[in-house]
Amino acid sequence: MLKLYDSELSSRLLLGTARYPSPAVLAEAVRRSGTEIVTVSLRRETSGGKSGGVFFELIRQLGVHILPNTAGCHSASEAVLTAKMAREVFGTNWIKLEVIGHHDSLQPDVFELVEAARILTGEGFSVFPYTTDDLIVGERLLAAGCRVLMPWCAPIGSAAGPRNPSALVAMRAAFPDIPLIVDAGLGRPSHAAVVMELGYDAVLLNTAVASAGDPPAMGEAFAKAIDAGRLAYLAGMLEPRDMAVPSTPVIGKAVFS
Amino acid sequence: MSLFLVKGAGVAGLAVAYELLRRGEDVDIVDYQDTIGHGASFFAGGMLAPYCEREAAEEIVLRLGLDAADWWDRAVPGAVIRNGTLVVAQPRDLPDLVRFASRTSGNVWLDREGIAVLEPSLAGRFDKALFFEREAHLDPRRALTGLAKAIRNHGGEFHLGWGPAPKKAYTAVLDCTGPAAIPHIPGLRGVRGEMLYLETGDVTLSRPVRMLHPRHPIYVVPRDDHRFMVGATMIETEDDGPISARSLMELLNAAYALHPAFGEARVVETGVGIRPAFDDNVPRVVETETGLAIAGMHRHGFLLAPAMAKKAATRLSNGYVLQEELVQ
Repeated sequence: MLKLYDSELSSRLLLGTARYPSPAVLAEAVRRSGTEIVTVSLRRETSGGKSGGVFFELIRQLGVHILPNTAGCHSASEAVLTAKMAREVFGTNWIKLEVIGHHDSLQPDVFELVEAARILTGEGFSVFPYTTDDLIVGERLLAAGCRVLMPWCAPIGSAAGPRNPSALVAMRAAFPDIPLIVDAGLGRPSHAAVVMELGYDAVLLNTAVASAGDPPAMGEAFAKAIDAGRLAYLAGMLEPRDMAVPSTPVIGKAVFS
Repeated sequence: MSLFLVKGAGVAGLAVAYELLRRGEDVDIVDYQDTIGHGASFFAGGMLAPYCEREAAEEIVLRLGLDAADWWDRAVPGAVIRNGTLVVAQPRDLPDLVRFASRTSGNVWLDREGIAVLEPSLAGRFDKALFFEREAHLDPRRALTGLAKAIRNHGGEFHLGWGPAPKKAYTAVLDCTGPAAIPHIPGLRGVRGEMLYLETGDVTLSRPVRMLHPRHPIYVVPRDDHRFMVGATMIETEDDGPISARSLMELLNAAYALHPAFGEARVVETGVGIRPAFDDNVPRVVETETGLAIAGMHRHGFLLAPAMAKKAATRLSNGYVLQEELVQ
């Protein structure tokens, strides 16, 4: 079981809810992926007073945990405000904290991120910070009260897959007891399998599923890859070596040539 | 011959009024606005682009939309411009263009020369494009004015603006009130769309151009008088307040990326409309206590109103199917 703050989960896939062809397709993708946590962008859908009423209701009806996010925020103060609004709208202390530092690359602004995390944990939030693979930032986030870290493996929406597996390995080694979720940059199920094989606890996906030709089928494909990667990690994998290693002994056998 | 009341003088209401009149029925049309087509229809792109829409829409949108251009051509002669659709992407977004091609049909790839021949204004700006030759577009405001005229010519009566509703014995009422129906038709939600009009003499386009972008895809639809409609956002809210600074910035930014001359254009109008939609974003003809409703047109008002209007009109006029449809 995966434990995130006080919740135990059997699925290791977190799914974003943006950019699906329709809410019906989104609902089917949630079902087939087996996800138990969906992320929702509050800011985008609340440009005015009538905050995405029916859409949010559809999200609630999915019957899974809702992890509101602060997508689109560029400073700690904006993110804190958005988190508080999200708590009102969804009645949850969970917040996926996202503070964007650069409009084009969508790279997190880790300084504002740590500051926002400190304020929000102080106010009782369970913070899921979207961060880089920098170890020191990870330490600061934990010091700020976070109990989960969500490093990227490539820029948001890039579908590039793990760009720096060594950094992910180092992060896993540095934080052996903290749930680590790869958030952002995954493009295909094999990418998810790779990070799960590295010992990551879960992955968060949005574009890779939402923009697939058949989002529900892709959700299921990712779920299978995540299970496979997790199982392989637990089973213990062989380390690669340079030489062939015969699977049956050859010494003492008759040689036919 | 029966008398029907159509509520709502947007694209769905006018289309079904027209279809009922063609089946020999009588129709009154009411709208609380004092001019026709002043809801989401007013801010529509007017793209009759079933192949492109299939990229993110269900297959039925393609199927129902294929005859739209012919329908509009017949209802409002001269309104339809059959120049196809051009889909482009910045070099770094080429994977999106490849993905778009793999999800759609009815297109051909163009290279730099091909793009220059079709749209000289875009010459040298893009390496590759997709051309959807069989698509068309129209000016929604002009098309609705023309359709209203055709309705009056067929004997349809308009009752516009606030005032006493006509008290007559209607056989049935057709609810085509768009977003106003959201509270009383189960499953409907509103999707906000923002758009703007640019005016410049420095760019000439002959057809709608869609520019793909992972975050801010836009389309630019040329109108007469050097105007260009730039749209449109899709935001899950029923808030119909003025366009947000961010949306305006994103639309303008994308238009500028399509052609720098748009940077010197005048912003002559911005608009916001609420598109009613069901959870699969496919419109439906639904039964109501007093008749039928055409609901959930989403972003496909001009594309799918003809098909939905025919469906509703056929049901109301006891399965009356037009001769031309039998031939088909």
